[in-house]
Amino acid sequence: MVTTTTALESELLEIAGSVPDPELPVLTLQELGVLRAVHVRGADSVEVELTPTYTGCPAIEAMSLDIERVLHAHGMRDVTVRTVLRPAWSTDDITAEGRRKLREFGIAPPRVQEASGPVSVSLGPTRTLEPLHCPHCGSTDTELLSRFSSASCKALRRCLSCREPFDHFKEL
Amino acid sequence: MTAPETAAVATTAALALGDDALVLSHRLGEWAGHAPVLEEEVALANIALDLLGQARVLLSTVGDEDELAYLREERAFRNLQLVEQPNGDFAHTIARQLYFSTYQHLLYAELAAADGPFAGLAAKAVKEVAYHRDHAEQWTLRLGDGTETGHERMQRACTALWRFTGEMFQRVDGLDVDPAGMETAWLESVRAVLHRATLTVPEGPRTGAWTAGAGRQGVHTESFGRMLAEMQHLHRSHPGASW
Repeated sequence: MVTTTTALESELLEIAGSVPDPELPVLTLQELGVLRAVHVRGADSVEVELTPTYTGCPAIEAMSLDIERVLHAHGMRDVTVRTVLRPAWSTDDITAEGRRKLREFGIAPPRVQEASGPVSVSLGPTRTLEPLHCPHCGSTDTELLSRFSSASCKALRRCLSCREPFDHFKEL
Repeated sequence: MTAPETAAVATTAALALGDDALVLSHRLGEWAGHAPVLEEEVALANIALDLLGQARVLLSTVGDEDELAYLREERAFRNLQLVEQPNGDFAHTIARQLYFSTYQHLLYAELAAADGPFAGLAAKAVKEVAYHRDHAEQWTLRLGDGTETGHERMQRACTALWRFTGEMFQRVDGLDVDPAGMETAWLESVRAVLHRATLTVPEGPRTGAWTAGAGRQGVHTESFGRMLAEMQHLHRSHPGASW
C-alpha cells in the first residue's frame, strides 16, 4: 500500500512522538517505536495508530490520553487513537537513541534479535551466554534473578562484577 | 479499549481462547500477596497481566468485554477445565503453567503462521507466551530435580492435572489448527521437560469419563463456580460503578 504523508501529518507525528512513555519517561513514544502513523481526516480531525508493547500493557491507555492531550493543544479538535496489533511490536523497534537513554537510565537495553519470530525457549543455565552489559559498570558477567521484573517487559538481573541489581528490557 | 481490526472472527474460537486467558489470569492473580518469594509474586502477576491483555482483545471481538467477563453464568464460559483448577501449592500452579503455556505457545505459533482472524494477536502473544513457557519449564526443573519435598510435590501436581490435558486438543470451530499435530508436539515437549526434571510422566487417562464434554462445552469443575463468584461479585453488586 502506498500512502503519502503530508507535511501536517509529519508535524503531528512528531508532536505525538514527543510524548514521554508513562512508565519509562526517559523514552518518547517515537523512541519506543509504538507510534505507527498519523492520518489527517479533516480540517481539525486526526487519527493516530498506536501499537502496544505487550498485549496487556496498561500504559497504552495513558499513552492514548497523552497523545490526545498534545494534539488537542495543537489545534486538533477531533483526535482518535486507534490500537493496532499488526505487525507485532518488537524490541527491535526501539531506536538507537532509545537504547542509549535506557542504558543511561540504568536499564540494560534489549539486544537486537537476529531472526524475527518467537524467542526460542531453551532449558539453558541462568547465566546467559550472549553478552549483555551491566548498565552500571559495563561488565558482561551478569546473572538472571527473575524473568519478570517490575513490568512484563523487564527481567531482573544482577551484575557479578559490581554486585548491583539492574533491570533488563528483555527481547520481545 | 479500541477493538483491533478484525474480520468476521469466529465467535466460538474467540470465546474459547479468550476465556482460557481470562480465567487463568484470574487464578494467577490470586497469588498476589501469597507467592513464596517476591520475585514470583511479580512474575505470576506479570504473566496474569499478559493473559488479561490477550483476553481483552479476544473478548472484545465477541462483544462487550466487561459484560462477557462479569455477567455470564458458569455454563456460558468456554475455557478449558485445566485453567480453572485451583492454584493448590506452588508446584500445582507451575504444573498448570507448564501444561497450559506449552499448549498456548504451540497454538499461537500456528495461528500466527496462518493468515486467519487471530494472526495479529497470535503474532504478539506467541512472543509473550514464550516467556511464560520458559518460566514454567525452569521451575519444573528446579522443583523436580531439587529437594525431596520439591520433587514429591511437583510429581503430585503433574499427576493430578494430567487428566485435564486431553481437552486442549479437541477441535474448536473457527480455529484453523491441526490438533493432532499439536498434541504430538505437546507430548514430546512436556515429556522431555519432565524427564530432565527427573519426574515420571503420568500414565493415567488425559480426559474425564463423562460424555457431556468439558470446559469447551460449558461443563466446568466444582471450584469454577466459586472462582466466578469472587471474580464477578463486585461488578454484580455495583452495576455500572466506576473509579
